[in-house]
Amino acid sequence: MKRITGLLLVVLAFAGVLWADSALSITGAGATFPYPMYSKWFDEYHKKNANLEINYQSIGSGGGIRQVTEGTVDFGATDGPMNDEQIKAYQDKHGFAILHFPTVLGADVPTYNIPGVDVELSFTQEAIAGIFLGTITKWNDPAITGSNKGVSLPANDIVVVHRSEGSGTTYIWTDYLSKISDEWKTKVGKGASVNWPVGLGGKGNEGVTGTVKNTPNSIGYVELIYAIQNKMPYGRVKNSSGAFVKADLASVTAAAAAAVKNMPDDFRVSITDAPGKTAYPISSFTWLLVPAKFSDANKRDAIKGFVKWMLADGQNYTEALSYAKLPKEVVAKELKAIDKIQ
Amino acid sequence: MGTTTTTVPSAGPLAGSRSFLSRLRQGDEIARMITFLFAASVVLVTVLLVFELWQGSDLSRHKFGFNFFRTSVWDPIFGQFGALPFIYGTLITAAVSLLIAVPLGIGAAIFLAELAPARVSDTLEFFIDLLAAVPSVIYGVLGIFIVVPLMRQYIQPALKHSLGFLPLFQGPAYGVGFLTAGVVLAIMVIPYIISVSREVLLSVPRDQREAALSLGATRWESTWKVVVPFARAGIFGSIFLALARALGETMAVTMVIGNTPTISASLFSPGYSIAAVIANEFTEAVGDLHTESLIELALVLFILTFILNGVARLLIVATSQRGSGMGNV
Repeated sequence: MKRITGLLLVVLAFAGVLWADSALSITGAGATFPYPMYSKWFDEYHKKNANLEINYQSIGSGGGIRQVTEGTVDFGATDGPMNDEQIKAYQDKHGFAILHFPTVLGADVPTYNIPGVDVELSFTQEAIAGIFLGTITKWNDPAITGSNKGVSLPANDIVVVHRSEGSGTTYIWTDYLSKISDEWKTKVGKGASVNWPVGLGGKGNEGVTGTVKNTPNSIGYVELIYAIQNKMPYGRVKNSSGAFVKADLASVTAAAAAAVKNMPDDFRVSITDAPGKTAYPISSFTWLLVPAKFSDANKRDAIKGFVKWMLADGQNYTEALSYAKLPKEVVAKELKAIDKIQ
Repeated sequence: MGTTTTTVPSAGPLAGSRSFLSRLRQGDEIARMITFLFAASVVLVTVLLVFELWQGSDLSRHKFGFNFFRTSVWDPIFGQFGALPFIYGTLITAAVSLLIAVPLGIGAAIFLAELAPARVSDTLEFFIDLLAAVPSVIYGVLGIFIVVPLMRQYIQPALKHSLGFLPLFQGPAYGVGFLTAGVVLAIMVIPYIISVSREVLLSVPRDQREAALSLGATRWESTWKVVVPFARAGIFGSIFLALARALGETMAVTMVIGNTPTISASLFSPGYSIAAVIANEFTEAVGDLHTESLIELALVLFILTFILNGVARLLIVATSQRGSGMGNV
């Protein structure tokens, strides 16, 4: 009997130690696009801080905004910044602000499948807007051939492919189209899901990829990382300085650097159609959404610690996963903003 | 599947003669109460579901009213929501799938139940049950990689060539669309039709067959004119089970339907279904109106299923009154 009691005590003591060790668990939810990066970060950070566990559910940007507003998670994540209405709703509900922290950068690229054409195409703003508005319907339209001299484009109908589900990728794409085309802005607008004038909907990046690969004469848009990993052809896009730029980590970071001068204090900035000769025009930040006040001091310190680490050491992990780094100026500005978390 | 409320006749008079306590002691009452609770929970869940959907769609019901069913613009940015293309897509794909699956499924069931040797029948039944248990996302992948290319390269051009004068088979062949979604759904629901119909046919009493044969009917005549009509209600049951699955299928449909809210006479055209749009847009819905419109779509799907289920009940009642003996699946 005594022995059993002793054993029990030892087990209890062990359990107590384990309990104390994994005491702090922070949950987050939101964007799917940066999920591979975030899970790597949370994993690495956990290795350094064994008593902190960060759980992240990649349920989509809209879901991330909703859950953080409802207070069911400790932080959210989104590919498109919260709009003024959502920020106000958060402020009204909680009595304090929600803060945006840019984490990494991504880009959308136009990917296509035209039988007989295996060169890299160059797209002007007019061409991209026209194709997705349905006003340019054939591959040999002058708006496309004009910037692709020497490429023989067929007289076939263009099949447009877009994302069927609401997504941050679509937000970036439509945000760009709204900036370069007034017709798009008034007829369609920007958002995670929009009323597409033309085209087929594919589910997920893989759905768009599959449809483009399977459908001759089609064009779609996917995340840069996805195009690289799947070795899909993607085109150069004309930026606001008139240069045709191919999306890569450098040109995406260049787009962010160009936006630094006008970076607002709340970091809610769109960097599509950014100025600068080397800037890729369909780029975007992706953000963490962190409440400005925590009732639990441990959680607050843990999140502040993580954001600090993410801005310093964390940025070294980005390029291995094909995400573009934050520009130094943005990092410096964010480090100051961390103090707003109370 | 065909749930019917049957009361056990022997329980009534016997139970009345004993006191509540003695019944309690013997466990009858406990069993009755527990099973009643289980049965009641089903009703409760249904009522709660409708209530939640009704409440959750308040904003969109008030804003759009009946126009929700009449308009076909679905624009989350400008807050215009009309359900018509989704209702259309749901009904069309379900109809196409049944048009393919019913003759195939019932034909196969007749073969398995009446004509095939028992060993063959049981072996095949094993595979059919296996097919019925395959997750729908796998059928979706099958659809993307096999059905869609087949459709675009061979079936749709052939249909256009031979039956192109019909508005059903016109327009560009993308591969994805109503027809493809219908075909994939048909593949998914056939196992249900076969499996249930076979059981029903097998349970037709021997006497019926023997009587037909003794009157000089051939094997086929006895099957087609006696056994099948006898099992009619059960076969209908299997079809409505298939219909219910086709109406609510989400994953496989969204992978092959094209996800474009259009209403077109052409089966080649890409479309959209209610279940698919809910699955696609709900997680990223921005703003209350968008979310509530999606919830109202769920309500519409529920009502649609409810109406079709009611029609199914009526059909079964109507046909079983016309002389067939078996009412239930």
